[in-house]
Amino acid sequence: MKFNSSYELAKEIRKKSLQMVVSSKASHIGSALSIADILSVLYFDILNINKSILNDPGRDILILSKGHACVSVYAVLGLLDFFPITELDSYGKNDSNFMNHISHKVPGVEFSTGSLGHGLPFATGKALASKITNKKNKIFVILGDGELDEGSNWEALLFASHHKLDNLIAIVDYNNLQSLATVKDTINLEPLKNKFESFGSHVFNVNGHDHTALNKVFKKATDLLGKPLVIIANTIKGKGVSYMENKVKWHYSTPNEAELEIAINEINNA
Amino acid sequence: MRNTFITHLTKSAKTNEKIVLIVGDLGYSVIEEFEKQFPTRFYNAGISEQNMASMAAGLASDGFHVFIYSIANFPTFRCAEQLRNDVGYHNLPVTVVTVGGGLSYGNLGYSHHAIQDLGLMRLFPEFTIASPGDSIETSMCLDYLLGSPGPSYLRLKKAGELNYYQGYRKIIPGIWNEIVPTTNNKILLTTSGGLHIAHQLQKNNPEYIGYGIFTCPVWGANFKALQQEQVNKFNEIVTIEDHLLDCGFGSWLRESIVLPDSHIKIINKALSLDVIGKVGTEDYLLKVGGFEI
Repeated sequence: MKFNSSYELAKEIRKKSLQMVVSSKASHIGSALSIADILSVLYFDILNINKSILNDPGRDILILSKGHACVSVYAVLGLLDFFPITELDSYGKNDSNFMNHISHKVPGVEFSTGSLGHGLPFATGKALASKITNKKNKIFVILGDGELDEGSNWEALLFASHHKLDNLIAIVDYNNLQSLATVKDTINLEPLKNKFESFGSHVFNVNGHDHTALNKVFKKATDLLGKPLVIIANTIKGKGVSYMENKVKWHYSTPNEAELEIAINEINNA
Repeated sequence: MRNTFITHLTKSAKTNEKIVLIVGDLGYSVIEEFEKQFPTRFYNAGISEQNMASMAAGLASDGFHVFIYSIANFPTFRCAEQLRNDVGYHNLPVTVVTVGGGLSYGNLGYSHHAIQDLGLMRLFPEFTIASPGDSIETSMCLDYLLGSPGPSYLRLKKAGELNYYQGYRKIIPGIWNEIVPTTNNKILLTTSGGLHIAHQLQKNNPEYIGYGIFTCPVWGANFKALQQEQVNKFNEIVTIEDHLLDCGFGSWLRESIVLPDSHIKIINKALSLDVIGKVGTEDYLLKVGGFEI
């Protein structure tokens, strides 16, 4: 691994994500920064994926259900040489495979999303497939918090717990900001942990920016049997760039060049 | 038809270990034998079509050919986006199987009338539509779908339909099958329940004497290019379907061809909007919908 730590990788994910968004004047940078640490820990320490055998049937699976946060996934895959990193320059450009919602045309991406509420049911199907074929892999899916308004997530959880899909790990990026306002002011999800528990899942709360804590909770997933696991990752939308943190504006806005420079400096000096 | 489907699928599943059947809490007295024989390849998703469709895509992405089974509007309209994005766009072998095509469940009301389903499903370019008109054609369609796994829609009627085929034939997608030869170079071209309607029309209406009866059991966006040549062989083609005119089979045929200054006459017979909100037996509703049977 060319990175010394998951923290170093996370910094690079954040910088690449910002550069891609600026270069194609795209939205959703706040959402991407929110999950940079989760992705970094997963790819640095947890996921069993051999980038030279991407169709290995025993590989772990990561699904990004909140497909609008795609730049951070493209960034981590590029940084870890799933494809030449220069390909990221085409992000959002005409005819690029690097679409502004995550695309399975990109090497290492399992599933395209963009409409919310599709990732967890799809991941549930993957988890069921692994059970039928006695595979020992894990199926991870990253969900947005606002996305939990979609009923299909709860349909999937009912099925996953009924069928004891303990190879399924849902990570909720609980940054508490959705499209127009806070989650609490939009459709309140609390008490969220209780909801997931009552739907038959193991549930853990974790600081979604603390790599040690994330690492520990992901590793715990291998010991928990009989139920799907839900990890509520408490995060900050726009994390790592002070002027973006907890601001709805950065669900939409593209930083200008000067703002980009400030952001990169902040990340470098963090 | 549904018994033929399940018997055939159960038999195929003995040798084809990729087959998985998921039902949306429907199929009483139909699916039990499959469940008994293949307990690890049968699931009841409960009443949750969106999850069922995406989950099927997940299973299919791992190499399974997944059949999801329910009543006509539920695994189609209720989860249209899941079929569009998760199944179609990813080009995964999921076959949506519906019972109750057309007005098969006539007494159960508008919720159970599948009269717009073909319009929806043919909008998804990756989906192959298989809409058999009798039990023999059901077996033919299923064999085709098993042999060419991909996004597909198998529209069944119910049970007890008459057989019009004399024997099994191999399906060539987009190609019409002759059931009754024409003596006047005019044909009734059917799909799904249209096959039964065409025979009834011919029996009751002297104007259709001499018309041939043909079916087009497997069709969809990918098979439009095959239509012009077949259309050119006849002087008059009357399409017949148990579906609304809008976006149905006849509309598909019209979209598939060009007829500049042609001698060929095309007439589309489909259900009129008068059936909406009406209940009754299937034959009664077909009359309400404009078929003189």
